[in-house]
Amino acid sequence: MFHIAERRKLWFLISALVIIPGIIAMVYSTITYGTPVRLSIDFTGGSLYEVKFQSPATEQGIRKVYNSVGETDAIIQQLGDPADNRWQIRAGTLSTEQQDSVKQALNTQVAPIDTSQSTFDVVDPTIGREVTIAAILAVIAAAIVILGFIWIAFRRVPHAVRYGAAAIVAMLHDVLVTLGMMSILGIFFGWEVDALFLTAVLTVVAFSIQDTIVIFDRIRENLPKYRNEPFERVIDRSMLEVIHRSLATQLNVVFIMVAILLFGGPTIKHFIAILLIGMASGTYSSIFNAVPVLVSWEKGEIPFLNRRASAEA
Amino acid sequence: MTPLTIFPLVWLALCVIAIVAMVLLRPSRHVVWLVIIVLLVAISVWIALPNNPGIKVDLNGDGAPEIDKPISVRQGLDLAGGVRVLLQADVPPNTTLPAGAMSEVQRIIEERINATGTLEPVVQLRGDRRIIVELPGEVDPEAAVKLIRQTALLEFVDFGNNPPPAGTIVQTDLAKSTGEATATAEPTTSATVEATTEPTSQPTAEATTAPDATATPEGPVYHTVMTGDILQTADVTFQRTINKPIVSFVLTPKGQEEFGKYTTEHTGQYLGIVLDGVVISAPRINEPITGGSGIIQGSFTLDEATTLATQLRYGALPVALKVESTSTVGPTLGKISVDQSIRAGIIGIIVVLIFILVYYRIPGIAAALALLTFAVLNFAIYKFIPITMTLPAIIGFLISVGTAVDGNILIFERMKEELRHGASLRRAVDAGFSRAWTSIRDSNFSTIIICAVLYAFGTSFGAGAVRGFAVTLALGLLINLFTAITVTRTFLHFILMPLNDETVASKPWLMGLVREAA
Repeated sequence: MFHIAERRKLWFLISALVIIPGIIAMVYSTITYGTPVRLSIDFTGGSLYEVKFQSPATEQGIRKVYNSVGETDAIIQQLGDPADNRWQIRAGTLSTEQQDSVKQALNTQVAPIDTSQSTFDVVDPTIGREVTIAAILAVIAAAIVILGFIWIAFRRVPHAVRYGAAAIVAMLHDVLVTLGMMSILGIFFGWEVDALFLTAVLTVVAFSIQDTIVIFDRIRENLPKYRNEPFERVIDRSMLEVIHRSLATQLNVVFIMVAILLFGGPTIKHFIAILLIGMASGTYSSIFNAVPVLVSWEKGEIPFLNRRASAEA
Repeated sequence: MTPLTIFPLVWLALCVIAIVAMVLLRPSRHVVWLVIIVLLVAISVWIALPNNPGIKVDLNGDGAPEIDKPISVRQGLDLAGGVRVLLQADVPPNTTLPAGAMSEVQRIIEERINATGTLEPVVQLRGDRRIIVELPGEVDPEAAVKLIRQTALLEFVDFGNNPPPAGTIVQTDLAKSTGEATATAEPTTSATVEATTEPTSQPTAEATTAPDATATPEGPVYHTVMTGDILQTADVTFQRTINKPIVSFVLTPKGQEEFGKYTTEHTGQYLGIVLDGVVISAPRINEPITGGSGIIQGSFTLDEATTLATQLRYGALPVALKVESTSTVGPTLGKISVDQSIRAGIIGIIVVLIFILVYYRIPGIAAALALLTFAVLNFAIYKFIPITMTLPAIIGFLISVGTAVDGNILIFERMKEELRHGASLRRAVDAGFSRAWTSIRDSNFSTIIICAVLYAFGTSFGAGAVRGFAVTLALGLLINLFTAITVTRTFLHFILMPLNDETVASKPWLMGLVREAA
């Protein structure tokens, strides 16, 4: 028999162990870089050149070229295997003329460029600001939609608020885990949050809610069936019934994502990695957060709700 | 007529036969669904074939098909490689643009790009003052921006007595000396549009417009007499006597002088109007034009006349544009991404197939077939609509494959439970489907709603990446509602036919059950 309801403090502790380093990273990142996670040029504006040279290049050579167009703060990094001659250069917004002269100068002064294997992205800061606003609106809209969804899904259940709140706790857990991980990865590996990251977070949230709903669905179904059993027993029984499904489903998504991660090429890897972390968090939180929160509430263990819960009981 | 081109007709015939047969024979629900599924898969496989010829229907047999729908995968820029440029009208934030100005910009840019022969370019308006241009295959954003923003070079060219026909690409000594079209006419947004002056002369040469810029410039180099900056304004007016639109223009004072001088000296000869090296029209100078205005007459449609007037008036685009973002992807990089995604997708799907076969055995076969149906249906829809395939779009699809199995898992777990509780095989199957439905519906809808949010806000962020993901994921989830339930149930019905309760009881592993210890 599972002891999900009984060992709830352990589950909360595990979550805290994952989330707290993330929060520390976000605080550190905010102090160091000004934002909790590192933002890509999608949001900040600027230029990102991922260039493949046909022969070895040097950082000094590249820097000299960027200095010549007035980009003295360019961040220049070599990517992957040094034999690949792949470099990534982050700098301010460049006009198309500047892009052209950078390319020509690199081509003649540093090393010949393989244009067919290079990408150059430039975003104006004004559009970066608009993207940020759109992103914030999207998150707010998604939050409203999800709250509405939870409300509709649980409106006929006794203590609907509890189910809804527990589902939201699980969702916040996943958002915090994903943001925290992204912040840590940003500090150590320079991973940046782009528009796709946001997509990953919202997808994670959707899957997490979906998982939670399936589990709560079963609890909802079992509660009247086993009236004479204690609440925790019914919960554990329900968990036992649905855990196969939760893990089997998760496993399939994981198979697909691991396949993409291993074979899918570098451009999409960050997105998939974040999605994978979020999905894992989503599965965990549905089982080990949403359900224990429900139990704690029932038992009157949640500080602010203590009185009301005991009054109800 | 190859088997491939004729297939849609055969398929339609089969559909009709199937409908008639069903009406006459009244088969069971499962048989009806099986027929529908087989027909759907057949047409989907046909659409998915890499050498699909498209749909061409020539009703009256004149060789020009009335229905011509090409069917091919549309690759996004990250897969095809190319340049994407986002441009914004370069006006102060609070000014309102003249109505239709941006769609006019869009049209002019489209024309220019089409003239270069770029395959599958995208020119889309984003919001009320932005335009996004994608040029697959191009790797030089500078060249792309030049093409988009160029100010058209309007020249008045001395054609002597032998004018080339409209649409010819000609070389002029001016364009030759400057190397390429350079900015000549400042956009004058305050231009008055009433061309009230009476035409003093009517050049009479008939001109066909719609320059077909495919020929290579060759032949004589013509002398450029004047350029577009002598024009003050141009507009379309309608000439009642010939019942055709004409383009009237007003010259600047300096232009009036030059134009008058030239037309006096060259009366009787042809004066070519050349826009970006393409002959627009070559009217004959019937008499000197000294009054500072004139008209260009040709067999224009109203649209063509409007375009010409706009081009004369602004030299190029009615609104100046500034570049807001550019993105360049090397074509080889795109090709590598395609190969890698396909490989990753195939491996992922195979692993999932193996998993469901091992874990669910007999029902797993039905689920595996349903999953393959799911993949084929999805791909056919992407190709048919067509949905632009980008990396995020492929990821969206693959994740929907992962969740497509979710429905089956919910159903099969329920089925196993019922069997464990001693239900008969048929009852367990029915219970599995009916009880799992609410969960499947709820869980799919929550993700579909999130996709809708992503789609709605995806216009301005991620330049289409977010939308691509949302569209394929949502589509996958919707198709999943059909394949995970109806398709699986149908297949399962036929696969379970030879099984009875005794077999299941004696060989529980067939249903993926572990013999209970007790």
